[in-house]
Amino acid sequence: MATANSFSYDVLVIGAGGAGLRAAIEAAGKGVSVGLICKSLLGKAHTVMAEGGMAAAMANVDDRDNWKVHFADTMRGGQYVNNWRMAELHAKEAPDRVRELEAWGAVFDRTPDGKILQRNFGGHRYPRLAHVGDRTGLELIRTLQDHTVYLGVKVHMEFTVIDLIVDNGRIAGALAYDRERGRFHVFSAKAVILATGGVGRAFRITSNSWEGTGDGHALAYRAGAQLIDMEFVQFHPTGMVWPPSVKGLLVTEGVRGEGGVLRNSEGRRFMFDDIPDNYKPQTASDPEEGWRYTQGDKSARRPPELLTRDHVARCINREVKAGRGTPHGGVYLDIAWIKEKLPNAAEHIKRKLPSMYHQFKELADLDITKEPMEIGPTTHYIMGGIRVNADSQESTIPGLFAAGECAAGINGANRLGGNSLSDLIVFGKRAGEYAAEFAKTHAAAAISDAAVNDGMKVALAPFDRSGAAENPYKVQSDLQDTMQDLVGIVRIEQEMQEALTRLAALNERASRAGVEGHREYHAGWHTCLDLRNLLAVSEAIARSAIERKESRGGHFRDDYPDKDPAFATFNVGTERASDGSMKVTRIPIPEMPAELKQVIEEQKQ
Amino acid sequence: MAQATFRIWRTAPDGSGKFVDYKTEVSEGMVVLDAVHSVQANQAPDLACRWNCKAGKCGSCSAEINGNPKLMCMTRLNTLNLDEPVTVEPMRAFPSIKDLVTDVSVNFRIKPGIKKFAPRKPDAADGTWRMAQRDIDRVQEFRKCIECFLCQDVCHVVRDHKKHEDDGFIGPRFLVYAAALEMHPLDTEDRLKDLKDTHQIGYCNITKCCTAVCPEHIHITDNAIIPLKERVVSRFYDPFTRLLRVLKT
Repeated sequence: MATANSFSYDVLVIGAGGAGLRAAIEAAGKGVSVGLICKSLLGKAHTVMAEGGMAAAMANVDDRDNWKVHFADTMRGGQYVNNWRMAELHAKEAPDRVRELEAWGAVFDRTPDGKILQRNFGGHRYPRLAHVGDRTGLELIRTLQDHTVYLGVKVHMEFTVIDLIVDNGRIAGALAYDRERGRFHVFSAKAVILATGGVGRAFRITSNSWEGTGDGHALAYRAGAQLIDMEFVQFHPTGMVWPPSVKGLLVTEGVRGEGGVLRNSEGRRFMFDDIPDNYKPQTASDPEEGWRYTQGDKSARRPPELLTRDHVARCINREVKAGRGTPHGGVYLDIAWIKEKLPNAAEHIKRKLPSMYHQFKELADLDITKEPMEIGPTTHYIMGGIRVNADSQESTIPGLFAAGECAAGINGANRLGGNSLSDLIVFGKRAGEYAAEFAKTHAAAAISDAAVNDGMKVALAPFDRSGAAENPYKVQSDLQDTMQDLVGIVRIEQEMQEALTRLAALNERASRAGVEGHREYHAGWHTCLDLRNLLAVSEAIARSAIERKESRGGHFRDDYPDKDPAFATFNVGTERASDGSMKVTRIPIPEMPAELKQVIEEQKQ
Repeated sequence: MAQATFRIWRTAPDGSGKFVDYKTEVSEGMVVLDAVHSVQANQAPDLACRWNCKAGKCGSCSAEINGNPKLMCMTRLNTLNLDEPVTVEPMRAFPSIKDLVTDVSVNFRIKPGIKKFAPRKPDAADGTWRMAQRDIDRVQEFRKCIECFLCQDVCHVVRDHKKHEDDGFIGPRFLVYAAALEMHPLDTEDRLKDLKDTHQIGYCNITKCCTAVCPEHIHITDNAIIPLKERVVSRFYDPFTRLLRVLKT
């Protein structure tokens, strides 16, 4: 059997995006030894792709904003199945976390009086997103990265975790391989933080980078932790649809925040046709009022293009299905029209949305200051993930923590744009703090040789199956088609049952996927190992979606198109049963304290 | 559907390498990275390349395409002559790991050698600062850097003379990093002596090759390196200020 190197840390952080880096900084600050594993090079994680901004009620632009409004917005956006304690902590702590970034060197865009500028975004009542043009994620990850490199955190770049190692129900460490040589490494740790991001690569059309293969979700699941809310997948309304090679690539919501409008092929602003009742009081009654809102008029209400992402995505889907789509199967997103309103509109657009301008210019030969973009929904984010304690971010396995997209709770059934980056820093910090505390009060658990050997055996199996083996790329591609076609933006019982049947077949094919050659930087081998994770999260998404027989947030069922109050009382949980099958449970949502209920009532007007 | 030939650098376990031709289908809108992925999925599953976002935002897929340092994900096939094979090879300034993947770890070792950000005391009682947008425009330009290291790859001081390994020359990426810190309105640290003595800014003879390949269009030479050189010169080499310093002590 292949030998393994070993490392030992007080706290091991798996994932080096915004949440992982923030957790590492916090843990290192508490004086414990910290190891950080990243699947890519440092600073390349999916966080770099975040565009619009991070939501924090700092009230720099509109002094009516405060944590209560942010809390109520988050709960309303999540359709009230959020973990209310997480939503509360997030709304209260986000401003301090953003200011802290400035102390670490982040350079946000400014207001005329020199404060951090904040912009409008879907579902946020007031301009709330601290941002840097449309490259806020890059600013976040670089700031955290540049702060971390001076702290003595040991970074293991291009390492991938194969399995977590658990000892008597407690976390003990992890088994990983490095891409460069394909060697195995055993990490012993008193506490482990998962910060591995999302699962977008389970779908054909996605805005996610290759790393979004649900590693943390699947690692935790296989180790025995509970996942919740896996049916809630966010389909971002605006992804590129043309040319084919960039299908799914994100077009920031900031385009709509700056005044961009959605039109169908008949030129109609269809978003005005379908405004949900609970958003009517906050939504503009005509295009003129919507425009004034985007230009900072405090008396105006927001245009319907800035309704929540789940709703906008479904409206776009409906227009396309009704035959009112664009030549390439999307709808039009038009920012060029603002030249009717603003002098120097082209310069204004290039300054506010520089990445979008270049993205379309270079990848689609289209000048967004002159022509409308063609866009359609793209798999963007999963609200579901590892079930955690709201305050500590500890999972159902003692010593195992989770933060960021791979953890669940704050977003409920739908995430508001901008709440992700602030989630990373608020709960990344908390995970780091509590993991360090755990490490200080617990001895290391034992790493069993058997667990390590089993993990290595599973990992090397693809090399034993050369010859007539399945092509792992083909299995992954078929999996993406299955999820895209059968568990996508509009769901129905029969199709999801069909998806489960196909997933079982894909599981069987994945167990026959093989590769030839050496272990050094072998992309085919890595794909074989990613498949296990993708298949586990896909099954959790399908089973949870079958269990929730209603439509809520990102989860829309054609056979149950309405919201059902009976389903507002619980989250759907998935965990591994003792026989290895996936068990689906209903986890009651605890009663919200009276003071938080009152906040929500006050904000309903 | 049309076909094109991609002449891709492949390495053997002993470290030797050669170009191998792969024919693959091409369609409208494709970029070089799509072609490499297609080769990977259908012909060479063990082909090694780095990539993440496929949107020009992460700076992972740097390579030399027909000899030009570029991001594979942002190089559209319709900008290349497909009647001839398209060569795709790794960044040559860095040691090879496998195929298109190189060992760029030197860059991660350089950064902690530059003194970190040290802000002045907060301007307001709530611990926040005030900065005017016009005072940060330049720093924001530098902070667009996606750390693709194409500027390091093309810099002859690094590529041909290996001054980053032998002499501590930090290269254009980290001169931009240092400039972003030096020109940050809140920063109080002084890095000029380091730039002159340790980071070897003097080696740069402003050929602007780095600026030419920057996918983020950062004016590396004009806006970052030359102003730093000017600051170093006026501090350490200007005869008048030298005289003043001597008189003072």
